[in-house]
Amino acid sequence: MYDGGKIVVGLVVFIGVVTFPLWYRQASGEALRAPEPKIVTDAKECVAPTDYMRASHQAMLNEWRDLVVRDGMRVYVAFNGQEHEMSLSNTCMKCHPNKVEFCDQCHNYIGVVPYCWDCHIEPKESN
Amino acid sequence: MERSRRNFLKISGICLLGLGVKPVVHALAKNEQPQILPGPDAMTAKRWAMVVDTKKCVDDCRDCIDACHQTHNVPDFGNPKDEIKWIWHEYYGHAFPGQEHEYEAEEIERKPFMVLCNHCDNPPCVRVCPVQATWKRSDGIVMMDYHRCIGCRCCMAACPYGSRSFNWRDPRPYIKETNPEYPTRTKGVAEKCTFCVERLAVGLMPACVEACKHGALVFGALDEPDSPIREILRSNFTLRRKPELGTRPQVYYIV
Ligand code: HEC
Ligand code: HEC
Ligand code: HEC
Repeated sequence: MYDGGKIVVGLVVFIGVVTFPLWYRQASGEALRAPEPKIVTDAKECVAPTDYMRASHQAMLNEWRDLVVRDGMRVYVAFNGQEHEMSLSNTCMKCHPNKVEFCDQCHNYIGVVPYCWDCHIEPKESN
Repeated sequence: MERSRRNFLKISGICLLGLGVKPVVHALAKNEQPQILPGPDAMTAKRWAMVVDTKKCVDDCRDCIDACHQTHNVPDFGNPKDEIKWIWHEYYGHAFPGQEHEYEAEEIERKPFMVLCNHCDNPPCVRVCPVQATWKRSDGIVMMDYHRCIGCRCCMAACPYGSRSFNWRDPRPYIKETNPEYPTRTKGVAEKCTFCVERLAVGLMPACVEACKHGALVFGALDEPDSPIREILRSNFTLRRKPELGTRPQVYYIV
């Protein structure tokens, strides 16, 4: 093979550059950091089991929205018998008023930007 | 397995039994499911409507407008081109076109008439909405789902009363005092009066009715023969706006 050394070096550099996005975050340790949403409420339980909330709160919010606006239903009796008004600003954000330290922690990590806050009013953060 | 008639019947029987089990499993599983309710104090009716007694309206009074716009975070852009209106003043000739004449009583000519969405029985805005963002509820309220509005403005073209407004700009900077309990709207959606569905749901009268000190606004159920609104309609001559269009408006005026 002519210029074998150069080709091999070139290939290594090429593969390194192409795969850069894959290993850089691992190597820098940044990806290992999991988001840490901070819970400030005194309540013990959310409106649904924590696992479900973590995975499916966005689906639940959509369901609430349609039930309230389209079906005129307003009250949600949760799995633990607690009654809640189905409202984003008046329910979720009353127990989770620290949007920046809670909702945004996860959302910034995975890069979702819920557009709900264009209309729904964010709680005033104390800091 | 041997394919005999006997075996076939056995398996069919077992399958049928299985169907019988399903509702039982369903009922057991349901207990753990969350429940959805309309709310304990919700006011209900088969047909909501309003009467505006313009004889009781005081000329420069804006109580109902202010209460409504404050409750629902309606912005004030300060120019009529961008104006967002839920409930507003209109002059006689505009409210009841075709009725006005040259020799009108000065009082009628000068008097502002409160106008709002008529919550028509045959709402043209609902017919034209391509995404069902607006629809007539079973209690007659013409409701609006801001989440689904795509801002095409067909409803505005269809409404003969100008009851729908469009957010040409971001309304937030133009809201004087924000009510944190009710969402604002955003640039690119249409909006209008919803007869305060969020207040009816917790047993409160619409904000404008509650704010009116003069008792000029009466809200109630048309389907109940003894309701105050029916009594007023029985004992007064009332007008509706542009009834000839066939929209069957449900806001009545005593002039
Ligand atoms: C009664 C107060 C209360 C209300 C109302 C409430 N939450 Fe929670 N939420 C909690 C508590 C307490 C936890 C933590 C539960 C735990 O640690 O097991 C939690 C946990 C969560 C989690 C999981 C956090 C994690 O660390 O994984 C999410 C997501 C969440 N809530 C979203 C919501 C949303 C969205 C709403 C509105 C639909 C809402 N919550 C309404 C109290 C509440
Ligand atoms: C445990 C992490 C976590 C917490 C805490 C959390 N979220 Fe989320 N949220 C997510 C993830 C992950 C998604 C994306 C899910 C997907 O796209 O399938 C998401 C998506 C959403 C969406 C849908 C966004 C879209 O554009 O589709 C909404 C709305 C939302 N979250 C609201 C909230 C609110 C309100 C809170 C705070 C009360 C909150 N979330 C707290 C992880 C979290
Ligand atoms: C165009 C403005 C707008 C946007 C964007 C918007 N909403 Fe809403 N939302 C409203 C309005 C207005 C209501 C009506 C409130 C009522 O009738 O009580 C509402 C009601 C709701 C309700 C029930 C009542 C309440 O007080 O919360 C839920 C739940 C809801 N929206 C969820 C969401 C979620 C989740 C998102 C984002 C994915 C979102 N909305 C985005 C305007 C908006």
